[in-house]
Amino acid sequence: MSTLHDLIVIGGGINGATTALFAARGGMDVVVVDRGPLCREASGVNAGTLTMQMTRVALIPYALRAHQMWATAREWLGHDVGVVVCDGLSLAFTEQEAELLTFRAGKRREAGAPITLITGQQALQIEPGLSDKALLAGHCRVDGYANAYLTGLAFRTALLDAGVTLMENNPATDIQQTSSGFEVVTNQGPVRAKRVVIAGGVWIEEMMGWLGIDLPIKTLVNQLAVTERIPTAMRTVVGIANGLLSLKQYHHGTVVIGGGWQGVGSRDGGACSLLPERLVGNIRLACHAIPALKNARLARAWTGFEAETRDALPAVGPIPGITNAYVIGSIHSGYTSGPYLAKLLADQILGREPDLPLFPIDRLLTPEPHAQG
Amino acid sequence: MSRSSPHDFDVLVLGGGPAGMVSAITASQHGLSVGLIDEQAEAGGQIWRAPWAASSGKDASPEVRDGHKMRETLARSNVSCLFGRRIWSVTDQYRVEVLGADGVETYQAPHLIVALGAHERVIPFPGWTLPGVMGLAAATIMLKAHGLAPPKDWVLAGVGPLLAAVAAGYARKGHPPKAIIDLSGPSDWLATLPSLASRPGLFKQGVGWVVSILSSRIPIYFRHAIRRAEGQDRIAACVIGPVDQDGHRVAGPELSLDCDALMIGNGLVPGGEVPRLLGANQVYQHELGGWIPDCDRYGRTSLKHLYAIGDGAGIRGGAVACSAGQLAGLAVAHDAGFIDAASFARQSVQPLTENQKLAAFSAAMAHMIRLRPAQVASISPEAVICRCEDVTRQDLVCAAKAGARDVNQLKHFTRCGMGPCQGRMCGDIAAEILAQEHQVSRQAVGYWTARPPLRPISLQSMLGRFEYSDIPIPKPAPL
Repeated sequence: MSTLHDLIVIGGGINGATTALFAARGGMDVVVVDRGPLCREASGVNAGTLTMQMTRVALIPYALRAHQMWATAREWLGHDVGVVVCDGLSLAFTEQEAELLTFRAGKRREAGAPITLITGQQALQIEPGLSDKALLAGHCRVDGYANAYLTGLAFRTALLDAGVTLMENNPATDIQQTSSGFEVVTNQGPVRAKRVVIAGGVWIEEMMGWLGIDLPIKTLVNQLAVTERIPTAMRTVVGIANGLLSLKQYHHGTVVIGGGWQGVGSRDGGACSLLPERLVGNIRLACHAIPALKNARLARAWTGFEAETRDALPAVGPIPGITNAYVIGSIHSGYTSGPYLAKLLADQILGREPDLPLFPIDRLLTPEPHAQG
Repeated sequence: MSRSSPHDFDVLVLGGGPAGMVSAITASQHGLSVGLIDEQAEAGGQIWRAPWAASSGKDASPEVRDGHKMRETLARSNVSCLFGRRIWSVTDQYRVEVLGADGVETYQAPHLIVALGAHERVIPFPGWTLPGVMGLAAATIMLKAHGLAPPKDWVLAGVGPLLAAVAAGYARKGHPPKAIIDLSGPSDWLATLPSLASRPGLFKQGVGWVVSILSSRIPIYFRHAIRRAEGQDRIAACVIGPVDQDGHRVAGPELSLDCDALMIGNGLVPGGEVPRLLGANQVYQHELGGWIPDCDRYGRTSLKHLYAIGDGAGIRGGAVACSAGQLAGLAVAHDAGFIDAASFARQSVQPLTENQKLAAFSAAMAHMIRLRPAQVASISPEAVICRCEDVTRQDLVCAAKAGARDVNQLKHFTRCGMGPCQGRMCGDIAAEILAQEHQVSRQAVGYWTARPPLRPISLQSMLGRFEYSDIPIPKPAPL
């Protein structure tokens, strides 16, 4: 008879790995299974932005605390993941965008994000690399970025140090409920645990199906691009009012260009591909904001999945009707806020009262309310 | 970028080397409209590279004559030549983005033949990134296209027939290398002789090379390899040492050779990025240079209407590339409904037979330039493997110890392969190091996911003329 673990986490991305880490530090015997290496999907290929200005209003309190976690990653994770805390600017180039920015920044400020509105000229003082075409900017001191591709290395070391059993490159294919808890069917055989956390990113819809739960998850295919190393062109995180741009320059000189322009592909396999005209659109926007980027060469472009629930708010909490089963995913600004939400979930699993409420999925399991206008 | 009809041609051919030219001409002869795209101003690829107009043509080599002949055939054909265009993206339904003199252009066709050739394999040693150290492909371009003379004291090193070709080529122009450092021994060269029996033309050419080299009295160090290059701002000397037939360092004196340039080549790696980008099945074939698309004998990949031929589909050399070009040209004509099955079968007989005749020689040459795992095991810890990102062998070994088991994880842990060359220089070696560290097969460590752009391009060149209002900004994310 194989070991009965206290907890099995299916999916070793930022959500699953952080949940596993804090559960193990809380005294549990934890196993993580992932179909690939840790943090090689969304958690490893996203733009690494740690911003409030693209975060949903309801998530601002979580994102602020998560930002603090990222800023101190070396202390709790053991690796700094290349985190840089810096100013962030969200730009408006037209009257319409200025109106949108004013409204959105106001809502986020009400939720606790320290965003102030400044003129384009003031923004130029903060970011000399900026174009002079911005009319208005949202300015936030709580911003920054991480090197997303280091996430797997960081968590791998931390989880092993915490005594977590890692089963990488080991796809799970089913979950059975047993008298003692759960038996997860994996390529390397069954893994048994008293509790289960489903943390499979865009694949949680299928995993929830194993437990008989219908939780529709939309898959976004976000396009990203990076330049070769160039001389310093910018020192802040730069976005635009509607959230469709993110720009930052890493210390080694590359500039990552993101913003969630959509490529094509499916979570069910096959190659994902970028739509060249959307890549060009994203790059035009980037060069419009930071003109010096024109001189750079494009080194690489790629796509990464992002999961979204029907209300675009997180699915984090117990799975209704199934004792000791939990889900975490679709956090929206998942890389920014994931660690804090996962820590809250670990608290709940450990029987502690979470500091902030989770995002239980009961709301997503009822028939969809009338479409919003 | 929108257009009324999505298709510009019946078939697009990427790469104007022997495989690409022949396939384009063949398909065109059977009535298909063909677009042939190449980055260079003229067709020819590496082996048939067109000499620069002002360079001397009096001692034209057989390759130069073959290249001219094929360029003439191409000029008489109906193939639309889209030269001077850098391919940066290939997506579904065979949409190809290029960057030309007038900016970004898009071409689309229901069939795609990929014939983008190979790139050089670099086996790193300390100092290989010093100015003055260059690859044999670059040396060949200087020789063939520009007739440029190397610096006075230059050393030639590496393995395989290109070594002899470059040595003889420069010797004939009065610029013999100071020394030839050959990983092979005379017995390796002799072992290829039987396979040459079927290729009298090449045999004659080979004899010509030997005569040129011997008459120039160039010292040849068989079973030797470069240990390191030395110099402050550029190469001043290279240090060589003895190796065994697998490339293992063996005991024996090191020798320092003063030089201003070192030209080095350790074989070729298939440039299979486009089939990989599109998601075609890949197989690892050590003797054919590494990871290649899984193809049938007509070049059909696992993806419908995608064909891969030439050295990019496995290192087989220029002669095989020609018959492979004919076969792919016929296959696409058949698959697109321009010729019937009987005609396809009849016309394939000759190129298939030709390929069979060439097989022994092509395999012997590919074997000579194969990667010897011991060459990689001998790379010293401080040697830079990824020169774009300054990643040493030691960095890769540490990442393997930290748990990186496949090459994409290795890339994340170290940045190896993240630079502008996208791992073309270091990919084969980094994967070999990782496989050796874990004592697993090359299949087990995989290959780097291919990403656009296929070659670096400037953002400026992608932008075109635009107003802010032209940018199709998607609708705002939810608040």
